[in-house]
Amino acid sequence: MESTLDSVNKAEQMADQAASQVGFDEDTRGGISMAVREGMINAVLHGNAYDPAKRVNLTFEQSGPELIVTIADEGKGFMPEEVPDPLAPENLLKQSGRGIFLMRTFMDEVRFRKLNSGTAITLIKRIPGTELDRQEAST
Amino acid sequence: MSMKASTRQIDGVTIVDLSGRITLGEGSVVLRDTVKDLLGKGQKKILLNLGDVSYIDSSGIGELVSAFTSVRNQGGELKLLHLTKKVHDLLQITKLYTVFDVKDDEATAIGAFTR
Repeated sequence: MESTLDSVNKAEQMADQAASQVGFDEDTRGGISMAVREGMINAVLHGNAYDPAKRVNLTFEQSGPELIVTIADEGKGFMPEEVPDPLAPENLLKQSGRGIFLMRTFMDEVRFRKLNSGTAITLIKRIPGTELDRQEAST
Repeated sequence: MSMKASTRQIDGVTIVDLSGRITLGEGSVVLRDTVKDLLGKGQKKILLNLGDVSYIDSSGIGELVSAFTSVRNQGGELKLLHLTKKVHDLLQITKLYTVFDVKDDEATAIGAFTR
């Protein structure tokens, strides 16, 4: 996808469709769409910096009991652990820095992987009613 | 859906009726420009009516925070009115619900501004 705002909006809609096909309820779909939107903002704005020569690769995959979304950019890469905690009192009134927190809030797992050129974010949401989900619920 | 903003005045308070999505891009810019314009005109008691705002992303949250601090730094007050459940939940999750002065009733909100 191109490094544009339009791609961010399209990805959000695609996430809603993918989550709907897998059977997530409306609230969960909204959370997944928001996580994907935030991941795309990260890729387009912070990763590729709107560079028209750089692309974002977005994939949706159902792997057994999980919906797995991968967003890969071609930017200079970043260290997620260096992003300050947006819930810390001294950061509450900062204008930015909430995207990763929102991804982690709405997904079961968020992983970052440094690529040769860029960063890949993997967002994982467990599908309700599957074996893995039942194991999680019972622990 | 793009964001729209219209303003009206009641008892010295500027009410900004927002509708649509406050997201990265146009939505955030509309909010930023509206608040900047009001502050430029010396209108520092601002009530943002979010009743018709269907969605806010991290950029929109940042813009609300920025509006709040800009108004406060100029000695004014900014309050929020009529949050939808989605926006309410988002402000709770981000711990901003208690930072903002949030009201459910317009008359009460207007009365809560410092005279």
